[in-house]
Amino acid sequence: MIELVPLRQFRFPIMAECISPDVFQGKTTAEIEALNVWEGNKQKKLSDLFRIEINTPDQQESCTIRISGDVSKVRRIGSRMKGGEIIIKGDVGMHLGEEMKGGKIAAQGNVAAWAGSMMKGGTIEIHGNSGDYLGAPYRGSTKGMHGGNITVYGNVGTEAGAHMRKGTIKIYGNAGQFAGFRMHGGTIYIQKNCDDRVGACMTGGKIVVAGDLGSVLPTFTIDSIKAKVKIEGEENVEGPFYLFLGDLAESGNGKLYVSKGKNSHLSHYERFL
Amino acid sequence: MKNGFVYDPICGIDGEKMDIAVRDGKIVQSVNERRAKKIDASGMIVMPGGVDIHCHIAGSEVNAGRLLRPEDHFKDFERRTPVTRSGVGHSIPSTFTTGYRYARMGYTTIMNPSMPPLEAKHTHEELSDTPMVDKASYPLLGDWWFVLEYLSAGNIEECARHVAWLMNSTKGYAIKIVNPGGLEAWGFGHNVKGLDDEVPNFCITPREIIRGLCKVNKLLNLPHTIHVHTNNLGKPGNYSTTLETMKSVEDLAVENKPAIHITHCQFSAFKGDDWRTVESGAEEIANYVNNHSHVTMDMGQVIFADTTTMTADGPFQFGLYGLTGNKWVNHDVETETSAGIVPFRYRRKSYVHAIQWSIGLELALLIKDPWKIFMTTDHPNGGPFTAYPRIMAWLMSQRAREATLKRINPRARARSLLPSIDRELSFYEIATVTRAGQSKALGLKEKGNLGIGADADIAVYNVNPELIDPSRKYKSVRKAFRRAAYTIKGGNIVAKDGEILRHVDGSTMWLDLQVSEPAAMTDEMKRRFKEYWTVEFENYPVSEDYLKTSRPISVKAGV
Repeated sequence: MIELVPLRQFRFPIMAECISPDVFQGKTTAEIEALNVWEGNKQKKLSDLFRIEINTPDQQESCTIRISGDVSKVRRIGSRMKGGEIIIKGDVGMHLGEEMKGGKIAAQGNVAAWAGSMMKGGTIEIHGNSGDYLGAPYRGSTKGMHGGNITVYGNVGTEAGAHMRKGTIKIYGNAGQFAGFRMHGGTIYIQKNCDDRVGACMTGGKIVVAGDLGSVLPTFTIDSIKAKVKIEGEENVEGPFYLFLGDLAESGNGKLYVSKGKNSHLSHYERFL
Repeated sequence: MKNGFVYDPICGIDGEKMDIAVRDGKIVQSVNERRAKKIDASGMIVMPGGVDIHCHIAGSEVNAGRLLRPEDHFKDFERRTPVTRSGVGHSIPSTFTTGYRYARMGYTTIMNPSMPPLEAKHTHEELSDTPMVDKASYPLLGDWWFVLEYLSAGNIEECARHVAWLMNSTKGYAIKIVNPGGLEAWGFGHNVKGLDDEVPNFCITPREIIRGLCKVNKLLNLPHTIHVHTNNLGKPGNYSTTLETMKSVEDLAVENKPAIHITHCQFSAFKGDDWRTVESGAEEIANYVNNHSHVTMDMGQVIFADTTTMTADGPFQFGLYGLTGNKWVNHDVETETSAGIVPFRYRRKSYVHAIQWSIGLELALLIKDPWKIFMTTDHPNGGPFTAYPRIMAWLMSQRAREATLKRINPRARARSLLPSIDRELSFYEIATVTRAGQSKALGLKEKGNLGIGADADIAVYNVNPELIDPSRKYKSVRKAFRRAAYTIKGGNIVAKDGEILRHVDGSTMWLDLQVSEPAAMTDEMKRRFKEYWTVEFENYPVSEDYLKTSRPISVKAGV
């Protein structure tokens, strides 16, 4: 276990893609302390920003990093990581676990935008709220999430799972607008309420809204009512659910499940069945 | 510059070991050897600085492409150094980075081929910000209202005077024609389907536009020919349109001089009825070009990479948008032209993309005379210009081609003509297709050669032609071309081993056309400017002081 403790409250954004189990693996404390990070426009050593302790020398294949403190200004933690574990006891900055391929990240606090952006594998657990673009690609890019799991126990911002192709996002709180925007595959589960325009331009995949949904886009068509929905593996959610197909504006074939019980205002769709 | 193997096709020097003397930015007969700074180029190749005849590096269209693609910047960026500025972009690098990257490859002269006259100021602002290279721009004239009107009335001389006015006003260098008539039609949601399809509202056909502007080009004594992006570009079966386009000006050529330049010909050389049956029309086009002397063309080679397509050909870009479902910019430049931008990824495993890759190389290898076909990627349409060394390796080595052939779509491989072509270009021919031929076609007397009086733009590559056989060791050749050992611009060493040593601005070349009688600017024209353009007639021209480093080229017109 390698422990990082911030030495002070950070004021400027910090780019710290080196905070990753793959980079720390097999390095001595001195080597880790000497890693370069950018704080604003200044290049710094990791030891200028964090107190670093190696508690138990890791002999295993992968190591565990624990960050205790507020790192809400620190970006790109766990970027491109392939294995190991990062535990963050506090808030985290943008691009957490960007392009990660494996391993696990658990954040106990809130996470800023672009968590799990372009990820291909591994697991991210967020116990607080998450910002916008959860699992979404970099601006302009269409390379969405290609695999892995993201679980958020709080609320998330807009455009969660945009351009997603594979993998699962589970949100146990509320979700912002445009969840699953331009999604091609994979699953998004939203346990509580969801803002409008969910699944805009989706061409495939599955979005399940178990809470209240203001309205369904007019480019979706109702298909049937399902008693339950499978989320991941053997995990089922009991319904009943309205099943909408869309987005027809993109000749899409995505599935949008909306809880029937929580959304009595959508009952007018039933006459099209 | 001592003891380099010099390749200078314009002066007919083929790998001779010799010294080059430079004084005050020009190549001279000799200098005082004791006082001069000497560069030891022994064991290296010395060529004139590279010339690129067709490369979209500046203008509103390129800039819209930059805005459209933050993800293109994200994966490729350059840090600031004490000499250079920072920059981003892979397929559409920012202006400064464009200049640096060209200089690293030994290129010193770049032609920006697509400038809507209305956007001339913007284009020149960006060109002024593109360092390290000399540059020029071609205004788009194939769909310019007044040109269409003059031509449909058959008034070639007045049309020529008008073009001269426009060339001076936009500080342009050559007449660019994109999908003649089609862009005007695109303003109404249509396109033209062939050379004899009438343009809506103008009673004129693409054939008449091309022939008319070809005559205008000759009347004005412009150094370059008309620069034509054909009708039906990017559509299966379009090779016949290309052949017809070349035939349409056959009778206008004088003394075996070129009369037309077909640009990015690869995109205009498709045979077949639809995308499933598309195949190469390179053989037919090459046969025609081999038997006629009035045509030059450039490849528009496709690179298997993620890039951004951008042309003034709005309807073509719309088709591409439909094909890919990718993001798309459509732009109607008021009355003048259109434009479209679509990000695109060429994939090895795609049948059509692999065929396109093959067509570009087939054209370059089947056309026997390297003075007729030049190396381009139509940056960024076929791929970024930074891929030029890869194309040079493909042209110089059958092994390099086979290595790529092995990895492409099997059906495309079976249909490709490349396995049957064993031609491999020599360094001399590479110097022709990358600099000498281009500069000759452009009429740039001081570029693309190392003769006495030429600009001292020199590229030195660290590859020994006596020791390295490019056919076998294509990888070391590719590496050498990627990072020039020395790039010399105007007598200054600007890059060494791929590192920029010095920032130079590079000049903007434009044609200062001397006409005996100025173009008639009727009140009717001014009225229409007021009515249809957002820029007033008086504010329209780009004045010379707008250019950071202006380099007018005086041409006496025949009207």
